[in-house]
Amino acid sequence: MSEIAVFPDPPPPELARTLDVGGYRWTSFDSADTAVKAEPSDGWSAIIVSADAEPDAAWAFCRMLRKKESVTAPLLLLLSGRQLGDLELRDELFDDFCMTPFHPSEVEARVRHLLWRGGSGTTEVRDELVEYTELVLNLDTYQAMIEGQPLDLTYMEYELLKFLAQNPGKVFTREILLNRVWGYDYYGGARTVDVHVRRLRAKLGEEHANLIQTVRSVGYRFGQTRRFGS
Amino acid sequence: MQEQQRNYVLHTVEERGVRLVRLWFTDVLGTLKSFAISPAELESALEDGMTFDGSAIDGFSRIQEADVLAMPDATTFEVLPWSDPKGSEARVFCDIHELDGAPFAGDPRQTLRRNLDQARQAGYEFMVAPDMEFFYFSPPVAGEAPQPLDEAGFFDLTTNDVAGSLRKQTIRTLEQMSIPVEYSFHEDAPSQHEIDLRHTDALTMADSIMTFRLVVREVAARQNVHATFMPKPLEGVQGSGMHTHLSLFRGDDNAFYDADDVYNLSPVARSFMAGLLFHAAEITALTNQTVNSYKRLVPGFEAPIHISWARNNRSGLIRVPIAKRGNPMATRLEYRSPDPACNPYLAFSVILAAGMRGVREGYELPAEADANLFEMDDRQLAKLGIEQLPQSLSDALKAMERSELVFDAIGEHMFEWFLRNKRSEWRAYKTHVTAFERDRYLRAL
Repeated sequence: MSEIAVFPDPPPPELARTLDVGGYRWTSFDSADTAVKAEPSDGWSAIIVSADAEPDAAWAFCRMLRKKESVTAPLLLLLSGRQLGDLELRDELFDDFCMTPFHPSEVEARVRHLLWRGGSGTTEVRDELVEYTELVLNLDTYQAMIEGQPLDLTYMEYELLKFLAQNPGKVFTREILLNRVWGYDYYGGARTVDVHVRRLRAKLGEEHANLIQTVRSVGYRFGQTRRFGS
Repeated sequence: MQEQQRNYVLHTVEERGVRLVRLWFTDVLGTLKSFAISPAELESALEDGMTFDGSAIDGFSRIQEADVLAMPDATTFEVLPWSDPKGSEARVFCDIHELDGAPFAGDPRQTLRRNLDQARQAGYEFMVAPDMEFFYFSPPVAGEAPQPLDEAGFFDLTTNDVAGSLRKQTIRTLEQMSIPVEYSFHEDAPSQHEIDLRHTDALTMADSIMTFRLVVREVAARQNVHATFMPKPLEGVQGSGMHTHLSLFRGDDNAFYDADDVYNLSPVARSFMAGLLFHAAEITALTNQTVNSYKRLVPGFEAPIHISWARNNRSGLIRVPIAKRGNPMATRLEYRSPDPACNPYLAFSVILAAGMRGVREGYELPAEADANLFEMDDRQLAKLGIEQLPQSLSDALKAMERSELVFDAIGEHMFEWFLRNKRSEWRAYKTHVTAFERDRYLRAL
């Protein structure tokens, strides 16, 4: 059986104990880089991230691993009740979560279930797609298609479209988009978002430009709003 | 981040069956240069760059070392929309480095980066939006005057359609290449067109202008039409300018805007403008770099001659457009002298350096010149303290040579090379005896 990667290093003692008692092989890491470097050739069997102590570092760890690991391993997140709000719009970064302080048998049950799912899931390799009407994004190959035609995007255009298409109908402010898509302190400020939206609309073409709608004095929304059907 | 961008590029090349990746960079005079690599080499190119012999490139040559390193900027990777769908090509802009990794002093793109970094350290992002003017002609024949499409009888009945559809196709191609267009229209002169690009940061815009010039020519050439950015191709009608709209942003706020000012101009905008006016003569060699550029800067054709500013006076060097509905984001300055044959990286570098000098040292803005300056004689202008832009490439080079501001902005290597190259252009021009002279003097003298 392969190993579980754990963040941070050292992990909380009760987590280490639970994994040891359950008979799992695990290694803890302080950064995504070291975890990626140590990744076994068939990937980690699962990843457990404890977000209690350093939430920002924990999210960064999740994000980096998701982007870099060669085989996507199921990820269990441990976080306190106060942090539940952080889960919003980060669905792509974890597979399951458990509230702290946790009960050792709950964590063990969840890990067991994730491993079962991970094990059965890897037999069938299927590309992960995001689809919205005529738009299809293949997250594994980074390709975007509209009406079956490939759409040539720059990296940031692709990332922005992916984020929007994964969250249709929701209104995002420029600041949120900047924070979630660019993800670091970007020089251009919120106008960067406007510039990229304008470029994306141009590439989507007249017919599909309105997939990204401007919500006056708020920000942007992808796709139709459900409330008014407009 | 960089790693993900690289992965994105490598995946795209594979998925789209890209056969050739063109590495783009720019010489000191603003000519687009390119060499192609196969996709197999791309990964190592993204990682370590590609070495090439730069000695043949204008302004790259040095005595000791000819080899330089092209480092692709993965953020600029684009599949070329006009390439064969079965064997696509892509392009990526490069920064040029010395073999030891230091930025190469002859690379205009890094020069602009350096100037933008300096402004950023002071808290400002430099945003620009150029209005690009150009002409469509029938394919040029050496020794003959250029034939405008509109008048040339090119496809007689459908002349307007040819130019109109060219412009439409051009805009579609530009938008496919991440260059949004704000407006486009037929300009005043026969066969002259204007395409206005939407504002963005100056580095992206300089890259966009390089792409723009190629796209306009490429699309036209397909229809056997010649597009030109020559500043003054026809005598007696307007030339082609590149009026450039400028603003500085501090975070998300337009640093040029002040709600309490009568003109909505902040002190930063005023001293930036003062800096531009004060150093205008020194930077003109770079915003207007050809002998022909100065045939455009003459009275009567909506091009600026006087170093002045005004809100709604198109005879001045700087215009302060009135923002739509007083929109704070739209407050900007329009610098009207540059022409589209400039090197955009260097032109933006010196424009920014001049403006920032004004901001840093708190230059005082002279009074607005709202009268029509073309109607004033020299004495009246002198009374207002209004000077003229350089009248010729030679004058511009003299003003530049004395400029420590330009020296700092573009660095010693390019400063020396540019002066040397342009002086020799001026000398070649001076030896030329023109039709004007023969018409005027041959019989009379």
